[in-house]
Amino acid sequence: MKSEKTVIKVRDLVKKFGDFTANDHLNFEVYEGEIFGFLGANGAGKTTALRILCGLSLPTSGEISVAGLNVYSGRDMIKRRIGYMSQKFSLYEDLQVHENIRLYAGIYGLSRKEIRLRTDHLLDTLGLEPVRNKRISELPLGWRQKLAFSVAVIHRPSIVFLDEPTGGVDPITRRQFWDLIYDASHDGITVFVTTHYMDEAEYCDRVCIMEAGRIEAIGSPAELKAKYHATNMDEVFIKIAR
Amino acid sequence: MKRFRGFVIKEFNHILRDFRTLLILFGMPVIQLLVFGYVVTNELKDIRVAVYDPEGDRYTREITSKIMSSGYFVFDGYLENEGQIEEKFREGNIKQVILFEPGFGRKLMREESAGIQLLADASDANTANLVVNYTSAIIQDYMMDLRKNSGVRFQIVPEVRMLYNENMEGAFMFVPGVMALILMIVSALMTSITITREKELGTMETLLVSPLRPRQIVLGKVTPYVILSFINALTIVAMGYFVFGLPVQGSLGLLLLECLLFISVALSLGIFVSTMVDTQQMAMFFSMILLLLPTILLSGFIFPVENMPVILQWLSYIVPAKYFIIIVKSIMLKGTGMAFVWKETLVLLLMLLLFIGASVKRFKIRLE
Repeated sequence: MKSEKTVIKVRDLVKKFGDFTANDHLNFEVYEGEIFGFLGANGAGKTTALRILCGLSLPTSGEISVAGLNVYSGRDMIKRRIGYMSQKFSLYEDLQVHENIRLYAGIYGLSRKEIRLRTDHLLDTLGLEPVRNKRISELPLGWRQKLAFSVAVIHRPSIVFLDEPTGGVDPITRRQFWDLIYDASHDGITVFVTTHYMDEAEYCDRVCIMEAGRIEAIGSPAELKAKYHATNMDEVFIKIAR
Repeated sequence: MKRFRGFVIKEFNHILRDFRTLLILFGMPVIQLLVFGYVVTNELKDIRVAVYDPEGDRYTREITSKIMSSGYFVFDGYLENEGQIEEKFREGNIKQVILFEPGFGRKLMREESAGIQLLADASDANTANLVVNYTSAIIQDYMMDLRKNSGVRFQIVPEVRMLYNENMEGAFMFVPGVMALILMIVSALMTSITITREKELGTMETLLVSPLRPRQIVLGKVTPYVILSFINALTIVAMGYFVFGLPVQGSLGLLLLECLLFISVALSLGIFVSTMVDTQQMAMFFSMILLLLPTILLSGFIFPVENMPVILQWLSYIVPAKYFIIIVKSIMLKGTGMAFVWKETLVLLLMLLLFIGASVKRFKIRLE
């Protein structure tokens, strides 16, 4: 469901922490419905940029719009239209599965009836119906990650931000996790994902590779592989980082 | 509002499902009250003392009157025989019995040495110790005077014994103090821990990205603790009344309002601590050092501030518990109203505004 409509527009984004420049004049656009991968080594500035787009932190300078709204003035409206899944685990371990769903659905202002319908649908799709009343702490990590993602999109946001969502997960669960991402993308949700797994880069429609606070390359995996004469994204990354 | 309600329900769930939290919230006030009730007392004032003086003479009367006029003790009466000692202690009014040995004055003159026995009620060991030490010092003093005047080397040897544990009058001192301490722990410590826990888990970020406003998040996390702290305040007042016979002379409504004010101050401190640190451990550490220790040491609750070095006396002025304890004592014990506690109330209100302002400012800095 790709289109030419821009949902995220970033012009000259600069973020400084004292003397350290975490984001150095970033420029990019994300189109509606695409899976946009933000790649880079740890400390390259991926998370900093993502936090700015989510409204968790303010840019030092630059023009940034998310879902058609300015990040300075439209912050509160932006928050209603985005979903977010953090690096760390975002569900409450001492709450039951359905309680976690109800909590986040409630925070995003869904009605009681909608919450019930979406909870049933979600548990059914993930096959988690049998553990509905179990506490999160009793679930295996892979299940939790999938549940966390589904909860992050329960309010059908126009964009969902995923900050290294598959950290510490085995390859099979990672694959299943990406199936969920594809489903969300098919439903028209734009996916903005940061990762340092290069195999995951292949799953994205377009990727942006960051290195020391700058964008070094941007384009579809196929374009980048052609440009850098590489057979896979791993090689692309190594050539850029060199 | 609906979003907010769901969030508060979630917070209650966290508390009600964690056995340790529950234990701290509801077990601690009761246990602390009882512990302090039996252990802590420190002021010596108008301690009732009975005297057994079988053959009263000039010396025993002089010693007795010197002790009773010292300001620390009140003369309860002479005992008829030694059998009354037990009975007198049981009644619980007196803390000490002074026994002069038969023929005290004659022995003192003839043998230059006579015995006095001091029996103290060691219901709380601290008080008993103080009582005995003060009494001994007064007797020593008398002996010195006697020596100086007559040139004779008299020796009076006090013999000390501590008796049982059943007194509870310290309650007047410690109930307000324990109240301040508990409210500080529940409100400040627990709040700072619960907020930093969300930071540690990473759920705080998820909440901050959500449409909930930061102040809704903080209020949502704090609301259950306001309610629980208030229940604790009620428990303590009720226990003070029913277990320790501590009256509420003044207006109960005013007392509870002041409790609410102090709870708010403590909460704002807890919030402030949580804006400074990122882990539960640091939150606990900061709360202990910055909030609990001053509450225990500098509020005048256990150790009289008047006897401290000047610097500590100054420091005590920034301890919120100090003002709260003054307010609670005035209302509960003296039965005074707002006219007498408005200054302390004003100080607490200003502190509340200061800490909330500081927290908001810190929070904004973090965002940038």
